Amino acid sequence: MSTSEYDSYRPPEPEGGRRKRRRGGRPGGGRGAGGRPGQGWKNRGADGNREMPMVEDVEFSSYYGRPIVKAPPWGNEIGLYLFLGGLAGGSSLLGLGAQLSDRPRLRIASRLTAMTATAVGGAALVADLGRPERFLNMMRVFKVSSPMSLGTWILSGFGVGSGVLTAIEVDRLTGEKVLPLGPLRRVLHALETPVAIESALFATPLAAYTGALLGDTAVPTWNAAGRNGLSYVFVASASMAAGGAGMALAPVRETGPARLLALTGAAGEMVAMERMKKGMHPAEVDPLEDGEPGRKLDRAEKLLIAGAIGTAVAEVGTRVFAKKMAPRAGTPGSGVLSAVAGAMGSVNGHAASGKRSWKTRAVLRGLSVVSGAALAAASAYTRFGVLEAGIESTKDPRHVVEPQRARLEERRAAGIIDDSITTGR
Amino acid sequence: MSAQTLGTDAAQNPFDDGALADGHWHDAKHNRKGFFTDTSICIGCKACEVACKEWNHNPQDGTFELLGSSYDNTGSLGANTWRHVAFIEQDSERIEQARESGRKLVNLGMPTVRPRTDETSGAQPLDGALGAAAEGRTSAGLPTTPELGVDLLAPGALEPTDPDDFTGVDTTPPDTADFRWLMSSDVCKHCTHAGCLDVCPTGALFRTEFDTVVVQNDVCNGCGTCVAGCPFGVIERRDDGTINTPTDRDDRKAADMDVPDKGTANKCTLCYDRLVDGQEPACAQTCPTQSIKFGDRADMVDQAHERVAELHKKGLTEARLYGANPNDGVGGTGSVFLILDEPEVYGLPPDPRVPTKDLPKMYANAGIAALGMIAAAGLSFLGSRRS
Repeated sequence: MSTSEYDSYRPPEPEGGRRKRRRGGRPGGGRGAGGRPGQGWKNRGADGNREMPMVEDVEFSSYYGRPIVKAPPWGNEIGLYLFLGGLAGGSSLLGLGAQLSDRPRLRIASRLTAMTATAVGGAALVADLGRPERFLNMMRVFKVSSPMSLGTWILSGFGVGSGVLTAIEVDRLTGEKVLPLGPLRRVLHALETPVAIESALFATPLAAYTGALLGDTAVPTWNAAGRNGLSYVFVASASMAAGGAGMALAPVRETGPARLLALTGAAGEMVAMERMKKGMHPAEVDPLEDGEPGRKLDRAEKLLIAGAIGTAVAEVGTRVFAKKMAPRAGTPGSGVLSAVAGAMGSVNGHAASGKRSWKTRAVLRGLSVVSGAALAAASAYTRFGVLEAGIESTKDPRHVVEPQRARLEERRAAGIIDDSITTGR
Repeated sequence: MSAQTLGTDAAQNPFDDGALADGHWHDAKHNRKGFFTDTSICIGCKACEVACKEWNHNPQDGTFELLGSSYDNTGSLGANTWRHVAFIEQDSERIEQARESGRKLVNLGMPTVRPRTDETSGAQPLDGALGAAAEGRTSAGLPTTPELGVDLLAPGALEPTDPDDFTGVDTTPPDTADFRWLMSSDVCKHCTHAGCLDVCPTGALFRTEFDTVVVQNDVCNGCGTCVAGCPFGVIERRDDGTINTPTDRDDRKAADMDVPDKGTANKCTLCYDRLVDGQEPACAQTCPTQSIKFGDRADMVDQAHERVAELHKKGLTEARLYGANPNDGVGGTGSVFLILDEPEVYGLPPDPRVPTKDLPKMYANAGIAALGMIAAAGLSFLGSRRS
């Protein structure tokens, strides 16, 4: 062996050669094709002696590392819809509850949020179609085997109720004068409770079906997530987003339920996400933790924790300072200006309950707005993260082959040998 | 399950859920049609790719770049490529592995299949350099080159007296001991339980009277759900007429061309337009080696079983069938393949499963989740009741 003055630049020789990289650490997972002695050329230069092959060594044979399944052509519009659909569903529940428990500001804020989210989300869905002008073709069939079809009908059913409720709210906000309804006004307002209930009936399916929509695909990470309770993650995320939006848009003394819902959602999402990942094959979990999707989900988790702490503080504060928060005796009706002001989230209109209390209320309101926004953002990051992780998981055939090999070997080990697509005879 | 048995099953049991769920025709006048792609006699001429493109007026794919994957510069199946010929180059080690994995597959719960007999009985020594090379290899325990059985250079060897008499000819696929080329023409599988068809929300995808799966491009609105629903990565939305090949560069653009059915999902139709006229699909008709066979699916499966048994008899235990098992995750495929290595080597999934199989459980999950959300909302209001 010759020596040269440049030897000192070389990294030290690894002991016992380069170790085989194992990512999917489940018995029977990979086929272990990468580390065979015959594949030595792939490891050449690993000690820094010469140029290394730039292609990653693989744990199994693949066709030039090309994808096996294709990612659907779903972009940011779908991520946005996943978030807004959940937000709309959760907000509608809050709206119904607020109506029944007489919380006018929360009711107005929730209903307008639900309508806006439905409209924007629906528009995003249409925009993502290859032929947007044919979006009505979705209504040609009702197909149980297609979550996309069910979702279209759920969204439509939800949208109708949400639209009527919005009309009622707008009519009220404009002093029942602007909308040219005539005698229909009484009919419209009589419909409020039935329509609110109808809307709420579609609300939870709207928040939950997207889990089945992503799950019912051959995209490895989505499919595995769907089998392990992606719907739980999504309804929790929806509750969190709706609670957060309610907290941000309605006055503190009315948003007690929004805070509790947001906290429940935040806790639920943490637990459901953890459980989901535990049930998935490591190769299916990786895309949720690596790269840009992993960063998004990481950000979601941080925002979630920060938002949840803020929400908890706001909730405790509201209870401790309950007296200061109490409205003046004889709450005024829903006058146009005060209602709009409440809905827009400005400081409580009837500020006459004492000079000492406005600071407390302002602090709680500010905390509420910030925490609510953080929780809603956490929900959005979760949706985008899961969406992008699935798309990422189609790019490397490892995410397809390793889990499939593992389950095939598992079945074979269990003595089931008649259900393989590959047969010897 | 063959087309006939499928038909009779359905007649006896109209609630055969598999058939009903997938919209199979129960009183079709036609048998289920399908391909049998025998990759052991594929020569990689890509005539099927060309015939398919020509017949179906499919636009350009990629930017005519060399992909650095043997002779495969097409890349993969997609919106504009409905037949794709894969090229895989393998050394002796990989050949031996494939043979071993095939042997294991044959032996699953069955009596063992002996290794190639012609090797153990001792091949005739070769002369000259070839022989020396062969002897040099024996230390590695590799199989030797099989005898051709006939001297093609001998006068008259290429004009057999009886053209049907191939008894003296060794029809072993041309493989050498230390190198082989796998070539396989991939195509839509036309699954018994088709994921794309199940998840299509517009009804644009339908099951034809030939039990194939076809997109109606005037109905499809390009939602893309089917793309995610296919466990084989076959169907794709035709966006701009080109796929993104790994070597795409900014200075290469696809030529301007008339792209039909833009923005809709596209895939192999098993030449539905030709089938209704009693013709066979373009790829099968053009295939010069009859590697692509077309016919009643039941016949195709029978031929596949015969062929794989024939190859095993010659010691080619690497041969195996893909898609001929009605119990697999997609209920068997309409396009059956004979392949010579593990499926993932060809870019095929080793254990595909129609995602709809998981759907009942997912709906149940979603239902419980929805109820949970109602409960959470109700409790939130109860928990913050004002006195």
